[in-house]
Amino acid sequence: MESGLDFTIVKDNLLYFMIGAYPEGKLGGIALTIYLAVAACFFSFWGGLILGLMNVARNKAIRYASGAFVNFVRGMPLLMVIFWCYFLVPGLFGQPVGETKTVIIALSLFTSAYMSQIVKAGIESIPKGQTEAARSSGLKLWQVMVFVILPQGLRNMIPSFVNQFVSLIKDTSLAFIVGVSELTHVATQINNRSFVYPTEIFIFIAVIYFILCYIFTEFSRWLERRLAWRKSI
Amino acid sequence: MIRFEGVHKWFKKLHVLNDIHLHVKQNETVVVCGPSGSGKSTLIRTINRLEPIDQGKLVVDGFDLTDRSFDINKLRAEIGFVFQQFNLYPHLTALKNITLAPIKVRGMARKEAEDLATALLERVGLAEKRNVYPAQLSGGQQQRVAIARGLAMKPKIMLFDEPTSALDPEMIGEVLAVMRHLAHTGMTLVVVTHEMGFAREVADRVVFMDHGAILEEATPDEFFLNPQHDRAKQFLKQILTPMHCEM
Ligand SMILES: Nc1ncnc2c1ncn2[C@@H]1O[C@H](COP(=O)(O)OP(=O)(O)OP(=O)(O)O)[C@@H](O)[C@H]1O
Ligand SMILES: [Mg+2]
Repeated sequence: MESGLDFTIVKDNLLYFMIGAYPEGKLGGIALTIYLAVAACFFSFWGGLILGLMNVARNKAIRYASGAFVNFVRGMPLLMVIFWCYFLVPGLFGQPVGETKTVIIALSLFTSAYMSQIVKAGIESIPKGQTEAARSSGLKLWQVMVFVILPQGLRNMIPSFVNQFVSLIKDTSLAFIVGVSELTHVATQINNRSFVYPTEIFIFIAVIYFILCYIFTEFSRWLERRLAWRKSI
Repeated sequence: MIRFEGVHKWFKKLHVLNDIHLHVKQNETVVVCGPSGSGKSTLIRTINRLEPIDQGKLVVDGFDLTDRSFDINKLRAEIGFVFQQFNLYPHLTALKNITLAPIKVRGMARKEAEDLATALLERVGLAEKRNVYPAQLSGGQQQRVAIARGLAMKPKIMLFDEPTSALDPEMIGEVLAVMRHLAHTGMTLVVVTHEMGFAREVADRVVFMDHGAILEEATPDEFFLNPQHDRAKQFLKQILTPMHCEM
């Protein structure tokens, strides 16, 4: 065996890395990782927003309920959340739910809990005078939230959102535990077939995760700039 | 228009409003003054229920503020409030700051609201600033936009809580000029301010507060020339001597 790294194994399996067994079989690999991340990102954004709003609600019952949920989820390792969903969600729906959907639900629940705290902090970071001015003009509470507080708060939240979503991209790798053939799962499969090039394979997927996170971070920087209202002349 | 009858309010143990009786008639301008912490802001903020009262009766434009069953937003729409810190919405242009409430609360058409806002900006001398964000405006300009924002709802009452206290001296005049103009148009105004020149010129009455109570209520002439209360005399001496401008 020659010394140095040999990436032929990656090259030979590139398509498999990219899309798994698709189109004969199920979609997998990088494509599935991206799918999981984007779907969970979407749901956890809205989930986090709703939970965050519940967290600052006037109604105590709503506040406590959402607070309890958030603390419960944050107190669990993600792996547990995935397992729980894996065993509980089909029962809830009364029919089998695909592993991929289960994982998206688990990731969304988990990330929503963290997102909600970002949303809460973002809302609370807006000076009280903003609410007072808006309320004084006769706007309803929800209008104050939608037209005055959230537009300012969400923009402040972007950097924290990005951190959370970057974690989310990496967290999708845990989906392999319930047999979802995303990137890590595919890598493990290929490695199990040959057993010769684990270093190359795992360097490759590390680079892929890095690139995915990097692209996402750059995208959100761009978004942040676009949403920025001019702070000074 | 505004009637306080034996109004009390506490912040925990602090008796911040103590048996307030005050009647502001339509078209009147009432100036409220008094030392820091005397409850002036709290008083003016009870008028649109930014601060609820604990005891007594407060009737504004026919609404009993202790009655929890009516829609407070209806009343708030009729009352403009101008804050010491301006509180413009930093994510909206001057124009949008002004049009937000007319569109969302009054259901005004966008075009109509924008025309109204443009006219109001003209009136406060800022026509050319309509598409500028608050951060690009000076303090005096921001406060004038804030006044225009309040006026956009065509309110029956305008409340001012130390509108010039956060401003550099050279900008105070421009804001007072706008307020003076308002007073002359017959708007009902309640103004918390230490600008005694303004009080003397446009106030129908001056109210002096200390420790949550109204100690003196008089016409400007009476108040300035012949204050009854020792605390008021002391306060006037402090505020009218140039000494209080020390660094
Ligand atoms: N939300 C609050 N909670 C507790 N105490 C408060 C609150 N708001 C005001 N106070 C207290 O109530 C008293 C009166 O406050 P207020 O702001 O009405 O005074 P002010 O006359 O407007 O003073 P200033 O001239 O400094 O603005 C002060 O002692 C203040 O510390
Ligand atoms: Mg005050």
